Amino acid sequence: MNDKIKIIAGLIIFVAICLSPFFMGLGSDSNKGPDPVISETAKKKGKCILEKTEMAKQHMVILDQWRNSVVRDAQRVYTTKDGKRFDMSLSNTCLDCHDNKKEFCDRCHDYASVTPYCWDCHINPKEVK
Amino acid sequence: MNLNLLFSLAAILVLGCVGYFVPNAGLQMFFGVILPYIAVLTFLCGVIWRVMKWAKSPVPFRIPTTCGQQQSLPWIKQNKIDNPSTTTGVIIRMFFEIFLFRSLFRNTKAEIKDGDKISYEWEIFLWVGALAFHYSFLTVLVRHLRFFFEDTLLKEKLFFVGIIETLDGFFQIGLPIVLISGFVLLAAVLFLLSRRVLNPQVKYISLAADYFPLLLIAGIAATGLWMRYIERVDVTAIKQITLGIVSFNWTSIDVMKSVSGTFYLHLFFICTLLIYFPFSKLMHAAGVFLSPTRNLANNSRMVRHINPWNPEVKVHSYESYENDFREKMIEAGLPVDKES
Ligand code: HEC
Ligand code: HEC
Ligand code: HEC
Repeated sequence: MNDKIKIIAGLIIFVAICLSPFFMGLGSDSNKGPDPVISETAKKKGKCILEKTEMAKQHMVILDQWRNSVVRDAQRVYTTKDGKRFDMSLSNTCLDCHDNKKEFCDRCHDYASVTPYCWDCHINPKEVK
Repeated sequence: MNLNLLFSLAAILVLGCVGYFVPNAGLQMFFGVILPYIAVLTFLCGVIWRVMKWAKSPVPFRIPTTCGQQQSLPWIKQNKIDNPSTTTGVIIRMFFEIFLFRSLFRNTKAEIKDGDKISYEWEIFLWVGALAFHYSFLTVLVRHLRFFFEDTLLKEKLFFVGIIETLDGFFQIGLPIVLISGFVLLAAVLFLLSRRVLNPQVKYISLAADYFPLLLIAGIAATGLWMRYIERVDVTAIKQITLGIVSFNWTSIDVMKSVSGTFYLHLFFICTLLIYFPFSKLMHAAGVFLSPTRNLANNSRMVRHINPWNPEVKVHSYESYENDFREKMIEAGLPVDKES
């Protein structure tokens, strides 16, 4: 039996697939990160729901709590640790301060390749006007 | 407790401590960048070395395992998949073996019943566990491609990554959305481990080389789930590290320091797996393609297979014998084929 040619061809394909991220990534400067823009409105209106570093990791958890609270318990008011009150709403609260969804939410999500399905139903008030 | 299991557990514990505590002592660069390069290089070179070693070994005879009627007289029905005599048959057989683990499907267990009677029973759970394990592992692996390619490329060319992630999150539970494959992977690997621990016969034939990879993969799955659903690490920072690795344009040390120890533990376990892979039984991933008991057609009765390393035999044919001794033969009155 002499199948060396076939075996080597298989190996070459395997190695090429394994190394493909390196070929495609060579020379790119995408290690810089997404750099989301905090809009002027957000800065003016004050602090986010949590600290900034917490927000980056926990914002989807808060949105999940809000959604469950509104849809299941009809509780629409969220009180932060330091006593501030927020209307639990994706479009009306988050996007009220962060009125630059493209340069904020989307920039991060595109970088990390996450596609939240929220926008199938929820709107970005800016885009409607 | 079984010594093989104990040894594997201890090894995982030591590796775990190294992976969790050492990187944060200022060695992020080594554990986050240099070790992954070493691991990928070792993995690829090791796999090539192992496969080439197999490619060099001669396969002088056809040794397919026959699991059905071989090709015979026209009125006897051949089992064309389990005893193939053509290349097409072999390809179909290999397809079932590689994608559906057909030979595991036939797994049986022997048990002594009613005191002295031995009975063989079909045992399907090894096959189910193996399928769940391998396919969830594949799904997890494909999903992780999102860390190694830029988004534009993922959206334009590698859209199957997104499709698989959407299917994986089909039930849309929670946020970040629950991706089922990770949980299936951990459950399946724990099930396969429990077989080796709880079933006395299987335990008897299990070595450290069986327990260690299972525990290692369980560790990888558990740290991954922990990061996504419990600790919630900073995914953008981690993508900066992974894209930095593949572009040879490493991210800043501040970003590397901001990432939690669990990530380095996860990465360290993966590097261990990659380095361990070529030298272990995990090479069955390549071996399944090269197993002569599966990938040869059972055609010994139709095709003459000549042993490639048969020595050259010097023959003295009758014709040349007669050429050498013709005159003497004619003198002695012996019959010859050719006169002069
Ligand atoms: C009152 C205005 C306000 C509201 C409401 C608000 N944010 Fe923020 N958000 C901010 C500000 C200001 C910052 C910047 C924090 C800082 O610099 O300390 C921020 C930061 C963030 C960050 C971190 C960005 C980074 O660069 O790491 C995320 C993520 C975020 N917000 C998401 C949300 C989400 C999701 C909601 C709705 C649940 C929300 N925010 C509601 C004002 C707001
Ligand atoms: C199938 C359509 C649909 C999708 C997809 C969807 N939602 Fe909703 N969501 C609703 C509806 C309907 C309500 C109820 C609105 C109300 O009562 O004010 C709601 C309410 C909410 C609320 C509270 C009320 C408000 O004004 O925001 C939050 C927060 C929320 N959703 C978050 C999310 C997030 C985050 C996602 C994505 C992960 C998401 N939703 C995806 C339909 C949807
Ligand atoms: C600092 C970067 C950053 C910013 C800014 C940001 N996100 Fe995210 N978001 C992420 C990352 C990273 C994930 C994925 C987490 C994961 O996969 O574990 C995510 C996930 C989510 C998810 C869950 C999606 C899923 O399918 O699991 C929702 C919903 C979400 N973000 C909403 C928002 C909204 C709304 C905003 C803007 C107000 C926003 N995010 C801004 C980084 C960011």
